[in-house]
Amino acid sequence: MSRLGKITRRSFLIGSVALVGGVAFGVYAVSRPAPNPLDPAEGGATLNPFVLINPDGITLIAPKAEMGQGIHTTWAALIAEELDVALDQVRVLHGPPAAAYYNSVVLAEALPDKGYDRSDMAHALGEQLGKIGKLLDLQITGGSTSVPDGYDRMRAAGASARETLKQAAAERLQIDRARLRTEAGAVIAPDGSRLAYTDLAVAAAGLDPIEAPLRPKSDWRLLGRTQPRVDMLAKITGTATFSIDVRRPGMKFAALRRNPHLGGRMIRFDDSAARAMPGVDRVINLDDGFAVVASNTWLAMQAADAVEVEWGGAPHPATPEAIFGKIAEAFDGRANSTLRDDGDVSAPPLGTEEISAEYHLPYLAHATMEPMNATALYSGIKLEIWSGNQLPLIIRNACAQAVGLKPEAVELHTTLMGGGFGRRAEPDFSVYAARVAREIADTPVQLTWSREEDMSHDYYRPGAIARYRGGVKDGRAVMIDGQIAAQGATPQAMGRWLGLPIAGPDKSTVDGAYNQPYAIPNYRIRGYLADLDLPVGFWRSVGASFNGVAFDWFLDELAHAAKADPLAFRLAAMGDTYAPARQVLEAVRDLSGWDGPRAANTGRGVGFCYCFGVPCATVIEVAEADGEVSIPRAWIAADVGTALDPGNLEQQFTGALAYGLSAACFEEITFTDGAADQLNFPDYEALRISTMPEVSLRILENQPHIAGAGEPGTPPAMAALGNALFDLTGTRPRRLPLMHDFPLKI
Amino acid sequence: MPTTVTVNGTRHDVDLPGDVPLLWVLRDELGLTGTKYGCGVAACGACTVQIDGEAVRSCQVALADVWGAVTTIEGLGRPGALSALQQAWQDHQVAQCGYCQSGQIMQAAALLETTPAPTDAEIDEAMQGNLCRCGTYPRIRAAIHSAAQMIKEG
Repeated sequence: MSRLGKITRRSFLIGSVALVGGVAFGVYAVSRPAPNPLDPAEGGATLNPFVLINPDGITLIAPKAEMGQGIHTTWAALIAEELDVALDQVRVLHGPPAAAYYNSVVLAEALPDKGYDRSDMAHALGEQLGKIGKLLDLQITGGSTSVPDGYDRMRAAGASARETLKQAAAERLQIDRARLRTEAGAVIAPDGSRLAYTDLAVAAAGLDPIEAPLRPKSDWRLLGRTQPRVDMLAKITGTATFSIDVRRPGMKFAALRRNPHLGGRMIRFDDSAARAMPGVDRVINLDDGFAVVASNTWLAMQAADAVEVEWGGAPHPATPEAIFGKIAEAFDGRANSTLRDDGDVSAPPLGTEEISAEYHLPYLAHATMEPMNATALYSGIKLEIWSGNQLPLIIRNACAQAVGLKPEAVELHTTLMGGGFGRRAEPDFSVYAARVAREIADTPVQLTWSREEDMSHDYYRPGAIARYRGGVKDGRAVMIDGQIAAQGATPQAMGRWLGLPIAGPDKSTVDGAYNQPYAIPNYRIRGYLADLDLPVGFWRSVGASFNGVAFDWFLDELAHAAKADPLAFRLAAMGDTYAPARQVLEAVRDLSGWDGPRAANTGRGVGFCYCFGVPCATVIEVAEADGEVSIPRAWIAADVGTALDPGNLEQQFTGALAYGLSAACFEEITFTDGAADQLNFPDYEALRISTMPEVSLRILENQPHIAGAGEPGTPPAMAALGNALFDLTGTRPRRLPLMHDFPLKI
Repeated sequence: MPTTVTVNGTRHDVDLPGDVPLLWVLRDELGLTGTKYGCGVAACGACTVQIDGEAVRSCQVALADVWGAVTTIEGLGRPGALSALQQAWQDHQVAQCGYCQSGQIMQAAALLETTPAPTDAEIDEAMQGNLCRCGTYPRIRAAIHSAAQMIKEG
């Protein structure tokens, strides 16, 4: 990141004013151009820079959190496709926090329509909301939005840069631009001579950027093909810099301890023993906890253990049962939303066979492999902070406020992330590092949370209760009436991030239930917000992570009541609602040999969910041996509209499945006296190489809109596993994790 | 009195209490940050290094107890001079977030030392202590098989 800082100061061109030796490109239809982040001293620029060229080489800016999903590679490929550079010719950097890097589609995802039936007008509304996103500082990586966000904008950035460089070459050669072509970082003259982009950058800087039409898919060289990841070499040689790997001269290491009883106070603490321990410099009172600063992280953690502290109680129900009792109470109040109400669920057709079921889904931690941490250096007038995060502008502003500086006085470096899954959108771990740094001015300090601190101070996936009643007639679904109660993650997070009270229907509570592409004639979904204040947030696939399970499990129960094949039953229920959804179900049926013979002592289940603009269907096979149930195989079919990088899509859908199956099998966070009962991996098991199924994937491209792939694979994997266990055992899953009711192999 | 440890062929005199785990000596004292902290209780494998060729969880080995020469991911190979396993990891594009991969590779390297052509069951047995939240396991398995083949063919 410091490298970018240097490039920036030395060499950028802003608007039509050339600085020394470099140029930044990028022109998009944005109603209010944001300031060019690459030189904050120059406000009101007309360019949004994603392409930086200086005499040393070409740098592409991918201002998206790289948390494993491969976005730096795909984002760079979008630019490189039009710019005519090879990925191994360029450097890819995250860049600074900036409004210019706003997420243009994340608020469209918040629209309470169904998604798959979105009209042109609604798409236009989504784009308008994107512009508000800029105003709200929503430079966020999440919601599977990076690919749709960058798909047109980044190709346009590359095309504009290419044509402007060609124009500079045309003027130098005194020939028409149309006679020039580009290749591998150079403009090629009609006589075959090459003018490197790096030699043309300064001249191009003086020109008005030229917009150019995007190339047709048939001309793509990089997109549509698997690209080697730009971050791979560093990650397999131990040379990648995650925020926990930041090292600065004279750096200190710190440990954090906060009240495990969430929301409780720190009444008093005695640090005399801790301060006498080897390597310990300081114990800092943070009001709601304390930090120990020492010469290494372990010594700091040991000293934190030695602090005698009295914690106040938590303002939450005292037992897991009482918390779920409180969630259930929400059903007695008014519905927060009725985002679907087709037909009349109170009057199903005569002869309908009705069933009902209730499902309990637990709170979940994110448990990223890299525990929360950040590094900070405070000088009195400036704060520099290194943090792997998904929300840089808001986090920068929160750090500024925490140390009493203006946002402009805070320089935030966004590093690689050892997993995000939604957790790293939260400002807390950066803010605590900033607060510790303020107490030890001019000393860089890295604040690392222990695994226990990480797991016990998460913003958890909300626990939920789903109540369904439904009916079948003549082998088909004729009615589904669902009620979901949970804490609203979106209202709580928006209040935390933006200070905005959010009212109205909370889509995240019912996502994955109300917006499923089924033509069930009587179909109603209501959401209820639980009156609880446990810290909750966004967990890979958000509301669909519980609704995609309960809704689909109930469909499976309906199929059984209808004495129908579960997959054929879903196809029939879809009717002609949304062809891409039918097609993924048909694809996974064929891929898995669903209609073929099954081995003895095995069971199979199918799961389907439409979320984040992607229909995804998964088949899971379970097998019983020696009283243990394992998961030998999985098949996935998903439609992302346009597949930009098949190899990376395979990784994303495989990973989303593994994340979902880990949670479905083993994971839950329960709270006793407001404190998490699970503190480390032995209490919060996940899939291992020995329990991971073999995965087959088919990607379809039938739907018209490009969609992101980080999340949609998670819900149907969880659903399919439960349905497979029913097929094997005859026992219906009604709660997660499944290890409570089935003898799963660990 | 300083403790002497040999890491990747270099001797270091470390002036720290003997109970400091090797993990933190590597990361915070010697600046070898390729070895990762994940759980501190030997439950995730992110901190795996080798001592005299044996894979160990460096979060559980006290500085005073280090019984041999330590090899970390930085000592296994470098960009431009990859080990066979790292080359296989590159060929199979294994990493997603990448945080666990140093530990995965060090564990796999110890496996191939003792078992040059491991079966799937042997890979499961050796690698099940190494957690990956991104779910890269199928590619880890494929990369280990490839590396075994690569080493066999010289």
